[in-house]
Amino acid sequence: MKSLLIYLRNYKKETVLAPLFKLLEASFELLVPLVMAAVIDNGIANGDKPYVVRMCLIMVALGIIGLICSITAQYFSAKAATGFAAELRKSLFSHIQNFSYTKMDAIGASTLITRMTSDVNQMQSGVNLVLRLFLRSPFIVAGAMVMAFTVDVKGAFVFVVAIPLLSVVVFGIMLITMPLYKKVQSDLEKILLITRENLVGARVIRAFNKEKSEERYFEKSNQELTDAQKYVGRLSGLMNPLTYIIVNGALIVLIYVGAVRVESGIITQGEVVALINYMSQILVELVKLANLIITVTKAIACGNRIESVFKEKAGVPEGDLDYEESGKKDAFLEFDHVSMRYDGAGADSLSDISFLAKKGQTIGIIGGTGSGKTSLVSLIPRFYDVSSGEVRINGKDVKEYKINKLRENIGIVPQKAVLFKGTIEENLRWGNESASETELWEAIEKAQAKGFVEGKEEGLKFQITQDGKNLSGGQRQRLTIARALVRRPDILILDDSASALDFATDAKLRAAIRQMKDSPVVFIVSQRASSIMYADQILVLDDGEMAGIGSHEELLRDCGIYQEIYYSQFPKDAKTLGKEAR
Amino acid sequence: MGKKHDDRQFETLKKVFYRLGRYRIFLVFTILLSVITVALTLYIPKLTGKAVDFIVTKGQVDFKGVMEILWQIGICILITSFAQWLMNICNNKMTYQIVQDIRNDAFKKIEILPLKYIDGHSYGEVVSRVIADVDQFADGLLMGFTQLFTGVATIVGTFCFMLSVNVKITFVVVLITPVSFLVAGFIAKRTYTMFKLQSETRGDQTGLIEEMIGNQKIVQAFGQTEHVMERFNEVNARLQDCSLKAVFFSSITNPATRFVNSLVYTGVGVTGAIGVINGSMSVGQLTSFLSYANQYTKPFNEISGVVTELQNAIACAKRIFDLIEEEPQIPEVENAVRLSNVKGNIRLSDVSFSYEPKQKLIEHFNLDVKPGQRVAIVGPTGCGKTTLINLLMRFYDVTGGSITVEDIDIRQMTRHSLRAGYGMVLQETWLKTGTIRDNIIMGKPDAAQEQIIAAAKASHAHSFIKRLPKGYDTWITEDGGNLSQGQKQLLCITRLMLVRPPMLILDEATSSIDTRTEIRIQKAFARLMEGRTSFIVAHRLSTIREADVILVMKDGQIIEQGSHEELLRKGGFYQNLYQSQFAGV
Repeated sequence: MKSLLIYLRNYKKETVLAPLFKLLEASFELLVPLVMAAVIDNGIANGDKPYVVRMCLIMVALGIIGLICSITAQYFSAKAATGFAAELRKSLFSHIQNFSYTKMDAIGASTLITRMTSDVNQMQSGVNLVLRLFLRSPFIVAGAMVMAFTVDVKGAFVFVVAIPLLSVVVFGIMLITMPLYKKVQSDLEKILLITRENLVGARVIRAFNKEKSEERYFEKSNQELTDAQKYVGRLSGLMNPLTYIIVNGALIVLIYVGAVRVESGIITQGEVVALINYMSQILVELVKLANLIITVTKAIACGNRIESVFKEKAGVPEGDLDYEESGKKDAFLEFDHVSMRYDGAGADSLSDISFLAKKGQTIGIIGGTGSGKTSLVSLIPRFYDVSSGEVRINGKDVKEYKINKLRENIGIVPQKAVLFKGTIEENLRWGNESASETELWEAIEKAQAKGFVEGKEEGLKFQITQDGKNLSGGQRQRLTIARALVRRPDILILDDSASALDFATDAKLRAAIRQMKDSPVVFIVSQRASSIMYADQILVLDDGEMAGIGSHEELLRDCGIYQEIYYSQFPKDAKTLGKEAR
Repeated sequence: MGKKHDDRQFETLKKVFYRLGRYRIFLVFTILLSVITVALTLYIPKLTGKAVDFIVTKGQVDFKGVMEILWQIGICILITSFAQWLMNICNNKMTYQIVQDIRNDAFKKIEILPLKYIDGHSYGEVVSRVIADVDQFADGLLMGFTQLFTGVATIVGTFCFMLSVNVKITFVVVLITPVSFLVAGFIAKRTYTMFKLQSETRGDQTGLIEEMIGNQKIVQAFGQTEHVMERFNEVNARLQDCSLKAVFFSSITNPATRFVNSLVYTGVGVTGAIGVINGSMSVGQLTSFLSYANQYTKPFNEISGVVTELQNAIACAKRIFDLIEEEPQIPEVENAVRLSNVKGNIRLSDVSFSYEPKQKLIEHFNLDVKPGQRVAIVGPTGCGKTTLINLLMRFYDVTGGSITVEDIDIRQMTRHSLRAGYGMVLQETWLKTGTIRDNIIMGKPDAAQEQIIAAAKASHAHSFIKRLPKGYDTWITEDGGNLSQGQKQLLCITRLMLVRPPMLILDEATSSIDTRTEIRIQKAFARLMEGRTSFIVAHRLSTIREADVILVMKDGQIIEQGSHEELLRKGGFYQNLYQSQFAGV
């Protein structure tokens, strides 16, 4: 929590001035009962009407000065709080941007989004309120007490007893109820989850006739929530009556003590009234203070959550080699006894993978669900790192390169076709910002997207909505391919990227890629044998192990798993039948 | 128009009152107790004032009088705090019980809503009705109501007490207080637009954050971090600017009303003090007046907030009632048959169905399935494959014709017994939050561990489950957490393998599983389907070649029907479809 306070550094002036002006306002407020006492004791006692009017003008003046001070304070604190939030968000966002894939997997995007949005907002209101009240409220409580002492020491002792008693009640109840409120919150989240699940899974729940048991489960959880709410409600419901008793009890004592003191001529009637006024000011402030503490505890909790995100080490250690500094072209890309295990996983996702790819070669990767196809290609741009062995490009371990330089030369088309809000052009330029329009169209044509991009009235300027919802799955996929091609990469990775394309388009795409001038190494990950059968090398993965490597013919001859895959998609009879039909 | 709106609000209020039902007594108590509390709270300053009047100056203190009043104050305090406490308890009980009842009702309704409703509404919207709207309703309507009531009671009460003390000064107070009301209203109106701008900008920023953090892997893969950061900074600066305005202007309200209050206080002070000098009132009365002046202005500030909250709460209540009063699925007929001894005779006679009356989908559809037959359904997207399954499971009811199982119309039998007869795996995998085991045993909660493992082995899920950190006890979250789409589908198949019902529905059940595993699962399915009537919807034609009957559907109609070989020989739509899969070879 504390480490976040540095984001106030550009708002030092505001941070100091806001509470000070609040303090000023509070001091003027404390003077009001004194002025009123003077009105009663001097003005009324002497029947001096002009004095009364004068004093009242002073009170109005005090009110105006208070108003000005307070508005100034509000401005400073609003400025500091919003500035704090903005800097915090900026720094947090840039920190998160550097998280490695492993970190992202571990923390999860939705958590980070909550940290960035509602947690930061919570902190903003916390800072705002603290700046305004953390000096003011205790100051008024203490000040009212001190003022009471200046009026009458013995009478003021009532305050010495009453205020701690009040604090004990107010803060005691708060301390007890705070964790209970957390429980209420988590109970509420539980019934939210059940409701959601029963909507999303309505078909399955009904198919398995689970309605009644889900209903019982919901009612039970709902009962738990209600019980928790009632319990915490009963406890916090004690707050008002108890504080009421204490404050008014103190009032009784105050009046009695006042009566005794006036009788013996030590204080005046007006001073008794002043004491009573101070008492009620204290009550008002204590209620505010209680609210402040609730907000502050919430803000602190949020702050701690944000801080824990900051504590997550960002980034991946990188080397300092520029990508160009190397020459050997033959063994362009090499996997040398590579094994990889995801954080917290029970077993290796890849074990002992070795192969060699020459410039211009196409490498097909095929294998079952969860066999490690995607894991293998993510090692090349260092999305994840090997746990043993080495991945080498141009004879150098990928870890020796600067990460940006490394990735600049890799074009990747991920499984999920993600596009961003913006025009088609903006999306494609992610691949290469300095690409010319001709180059963009070239990439589009290769990616078999020319037809539909030309079909759009706005062409390259066509606006894509968030998540690309205004494009079909196949169109999105073609654009993600174009985006990777714009980069003219040395290594092109197509991770099951043709799944939404029909077979004919898929074939055309592969042909276009094969004709690319820069002759990149192309990785094609697929479940379709037809997509990879013409590759120079095919890697067959099975449970993270290399079950076979070679050309289509070799594998069809020697590799049992490849045969199984192939014939599941091209039944022997179907193939002949297909030829007949042609 | 406005009148109509009011009527509707009134309708909702009537329903709320009806809902109060057996808790109505608590409401009556709450109101009674709040009247007591308000009256006594207001009486105390008057007593205090009287006490001050007994304390004149040195040697002129009427101790007997003071003590008597102090006793009275003491009794008032005790009664007030007790009444406050009771009021809190009543309020709590009433509020939370009603919330609980409403939520239970809403949830029960969700379980019997027709799927048409569920398919037609966003989940988030329905969830927010059950959760957020109910909360808002409780806070706003019930708490708001009591607040409004006590607020008004306080104003009226203070007014009466002030009148009883001094008419002239009361007049001063009444004259000045509305100013604070106006000031608050003035500021609120100005800040409204600023808050709107703030929440719009915040929405922009959240959208950007979601897009970029949600797809961070792509952002990094393309090295766009700096570019994204620029865009973020731009929105961030805009947000900082407009939230400064919104926060600042809204925070003026308090000092401004406080200032008006201090004017009231001063006004009372002047007129009061002059009144005392003129002998028309006492110092004690002035004291009590000063505290009344303070109390009189407070509810005004609160009420303006409460009124908007109340309107909001009524809107929430309306949304909840809309859900609760939603037409449920067609109830089962009286003495509905319990389907038993299912052999798998299914007949669709002259079935017509459409989701939208205007858009015809399935029309005059006939199909006769013999026990043990495997029926495959193929066809282009939107041809009605999944719709057919919706009808078989009675997720939707036919609009014409009938579907019979074992010669009984499915509308004449209980939904439970019909659905228990089917085993279903859908393309959209759905897993509930819980352990892997919880998810597998959905259809058979008392299954033994050996049975579970056997089922998982049959569906080829065992090997990946075994490798999860806690095996079958691994906790998975709503969206299936770290499992891949294929693994999720394997789990759904395991569910089915455990129950082994007499009829099967497989709707693209293996679409996300690689072909090799798929073939193994198909073998397991083949064994399972032995003697069981089954319906298979598939995209990959290779998976349905073994079917007894293949229905080729297009635009809600069966256009071809027959076995794989027959259809290929026929050289029609099916043959085309089949060939297209191997294009590019």
